[in-house]
Amino acid sequence: MSTAIGMASRRVQARTRGGSLGLLRSTGIAGLVSAAVIAVATVLAVFGPLVAPYNPDLPSLGQAFIGPTGAHILGFDFEGRDVLSRLLAGAQSSMIGPLAVVAGAMALGTLIAVVTAWRQGPVDTVVSSGLDILFAFPGILLAVLAAAIFGAGLTAASVALAIAYMPYVARVLRGAALRERGQPYVAALEVQGASGTSICLRHIIPNMLPLIVAQATIMFGWAMVDLAAISFLGLGVQPPTPNWGVMISENEPGILQGYPLPALAAGLCIVGVVIAFNVLGERLFEQAQAASR
Amino acid sequence: MRWRFLARRLLMLIASLLIASFVIFGALYLAPGNPISALSGGRALPSASLRVLEARYHLNQPFFAQYWYWLENALHGNLGISITLQENVSSVIAARMWTTGGLVLYASLIILVFGIGSGVIAALRPGVADTSVLVSTSISAALPSFVAAIVLITVFSVKLGWFPALGNGTGFWSSVRHFTLPAIALAISSLAIVARVTRAAVREEADREHVQTAISRGIPMRQVVRRHILRNAAIPITTVSGITIASLIAVAAVVETAFSLNGLGAYLVQAAESKDLAVVQGISLVLVTAFVLINAVVDVLYAVLDPRVALGSRAQ
Amino acid sequence: MSGGSRLNSLPDRGAPSEGQAVTVPAGGEPLLSVKNLTVLLPVETRERAVLRDVCLDISAGEAVGLVGESGSGKSMTARAIDRLLPKGAQVQGQIRFAGSDVTGLAGSQLRAYRNRVAMIFQDPRAHVNPVRRIGDFMTEALRTNLGVSGTDASRQAADMLSQVGIEDAQRRLHQYPHELSGGMLQRVMIAAALLTEPALLLADEPTTALDVTTQAEVMAILDELRGRYGLAMLFITHDLELAAAICDRTIVMYAGQVVEVRRSELLHSDPLHPYTAALAAARPDIGQKAARLRAIPGRPLSAFEAPATECAFAPRCRFAEDACHEAVPPLTELDGGLSRCVRVTELRGQLEAAHA
Repeated sequence: MSTAIGMASRRVQARTRGGSLGLLRSTGIAGLVSAAVIAVATVLAVFGPLVAPYNPDLPSLGQAFIGPTGAHILGFDFEGRDVLSRLLAGAQSSMIGPLAVVAGAMALGTLIAVVTAWRQGPVDTVVSSGLDILFAFPGILLAVLAAAIFGAGLTAASVALAIAYMPYVARVLRGAALRERGQPYVAALEVQGASGTSICLRHIIPNMLPLIVAQATIMFGWAMVDLAAISFLGLGVQPPTPNWGVMISENEPGILQGYPLPALAAGLCIVGVVIAFNVLGERLFEQAQAASR
Repeated sequence: MRWRFLARRLLMLIASLLIASFVIFGALYLAPGNPISALSGGRALPSASLRVLEARYHLNQPFFAQYWYWLENALHGNLGISITLQENVSSVIAARMWTTGGLVLYASLIILVFGIGSGVIAALRPGVADTSVLVSTSISAALPSFVAAIVLITVFSVKLGWFPALGNGTGFWSSVRHFTLPAIALAISSLAIVARVTRAAVREEADREHVQTAISRGIPMRQVVRRHILRNAAIPITTVSGITIASLIAVAAVVETAFSLNGLGAYLVQAAESKDLAVVQGISLVLVTAFVLINAVVDVLYAVLDPRVALGSRAQ
Repeated sequence: MSGGSRLNSLPDRGAPSEGQAVTVPAGGEPLLSVKNLTVLLPVETRERAVLRDVCLDISAGEAVGLVGESGSGKSMTARAIDRLLPKGAQVQGQIRFAGSDVTGLAGSQLRAYRNRVAMIFQDPRAHVNPVRRIGDFMTEALRTNLGVSGTDASRQAADMLSQVGIEDAQRRLHQYPHELSGGMLQRVMIAAALLTEPALLLADEPTTALDVTTQAEVMAILDELRGRYGLAMLFITHDLELAAAICDRTIVMYAGQVVEVRRSELLHSDPLHPYTAALAAARPDIGQKAARLRAIPGRPLSAFEAPATECAFAPRCRFAEDACHEAVPPLTELDGGLSRCVRVTELRGQLEAAHA
């Protein structure tokens, strides 16, 4: 293997030395705690409805807004359902939307970033200007517009948010892609006849992985906040599907009547998971920057 | 050199607005079914009304001609008619504009005064002040506005009774009281971000070599802080403040809904739910225009504050 | 140590004038007198000495060179003199300027002192505020500290700019730093430093960041201005030749200590410390044939790595003996200079020949 290619592959290996566990360990206590919180939330997202002690969907209006009792530690919501069960079941719709948003935005954004960094020239200028213009649309606004056209629902909102986030991802990753493009090993590979596509897929993108992972983690937190807000507005997940954002809006009248617990509990879940993603994402980001220096 | 920058920025501003308006207009055609059904929101309308809609939207003309007519109307303040309210969209917007404007202004003031203020204090006085700012911003940065809203209502409205929970209020001081909790809810996470960036910027600037030069020439510390540290840190601080204030425009919708304020955002949401497309398009256009304008102003301010900027927009 | 200064373009030094003092000035106290200066800095939770027992004197109007490698403490010495040390630094010893101790000054007295001692730095672009105009930068001290009016200050600034060789001064005053080249910006910094009419100029490697041609020009300007205004100057550099070119005396530092003080023209022919000799020999000479570059074995010690129980240079010195490892050698006077080598009297004469 030539020196340059050897160097390149050694760089990728160095980054994955110790595997993902090693990477996690190096993020410190805060990172580990956050990862644990995220793990719990993910497990609930998959198994939530099964773990819930009571039926999260069955209304029983006579029990509306009763405070915590022995059997129901968080009390009842505005339709007499067990709050804890609804929270556990709500993890699913609260986590899956952000996942779709992040997957879409990162995939599209990475593609655009790498293609424009590789080609440069007029393609780069046109696309970059186009992206700058796309920044005109705040995510929530685009989601509201989508809801007006396609009807309220998680799908429309998620797609709209993915489109709104994509320019930001493309801008951040374009910088990193340009840096990788300028590395000597890329020139060496080009001289040896490797095609642009293979260089991008097998070398540039893998070397950008730490940054991509960090960006995706932070973005998950933002997507969760935005989607919860959209569901809160009634334009995202529709009742009676359990969802943390919807729970806040449907239980808001309870606050004024002196029963704030259902709404606050849902808010706490959102904030807890979002903080976990923010903290872990920031740590991963620092590592990605340190590694690229 | 500066004029080229300004011209380029102006060009981008107009391009952004054109493309944004195009997307907003084109949304009509993305909707399932034909434009008529989208405009009527799936309701059955009498044929007279349908003919009015056709004429107004020039639906028998080619696509770009329709866009042109719509845009021309919009620029003259004619944004169509609300299906649900049977009123001119522009008069609906005019009535509610002050609510949203007032809310965003109030929240901006809170962000600027407390965000920048606490950031500067934390940077210049390490110790207790610094730690407390760091801790509180870590917590509040993660508070989405609707969560902050319900917490504020629970504590300050229901439990303590200091502020009213819902509604606009009548008269100036009553409105201020009604808008205080919403403004805080809107501002709180942005405030944390601005405080942190301010703190980082001031600390970084204080470490710079040119500050050493000023000190070595016997300039009093107060003046060094004012003319060299803060003045230079103003560049990133202005940028981040501007961007966060611009983002308030969209999030205001959430806060307005939570506090039952009759602002543009709340009405936008209601219109989206009832599929009143003309209203959605009209309000979206107004909000996007405001957003783009504020961002453009931030770019210009950046060029004014930093004489090294010749071309292009701010770095990040 | 390397770097090529264009010696032939610099003014001819000649012999020191009659009556000019070398170490102890004849007739009164020197302008700047540093005695037993030790500076401790907190480095990774421990207090480390970055300067040990530094002694130096500068008389009015005298140019003294301060030479050393990275980490030798030369910049730190200048900062200690100008009271620009980082927070948490502990200063022991004496720094006297014009007869009074300056280590304890504060407030308006400290600012007055800073008007009389000016400092210019290595990287002009980092040391000038990029968002303020040149005119503002130059006149700030005049307007703030000396109460000079805006128009008067600008006039003085324009005047000084032409003295440092910048034409079209009025236009330059309105420009921003990024519109000037590195060399011009350094001249602006020199001009700005001289506006307050200081008695002493501390020049911290002012030409290191410049290319060779500009370096020579800036050196010439410094020398000329020094003569015209009767400035005393402490010229810090890593280049032994450069210091010798415009300074009457040269101080050599190693590992935070002064190891030699000598008249510049005697540095090569009759050095008083093996380190100085090694430095001079390590510099490749174009007229010389050499199979290998004469590097000094080992690596230079930073001040806080220097041992407190032996000569800091001993591990790398070819003349080291047992006596060198027993205690830190004291600074001793010899032939009008100072030396921190216990074997200096017996080694004199061999030092130059050994490295010829």
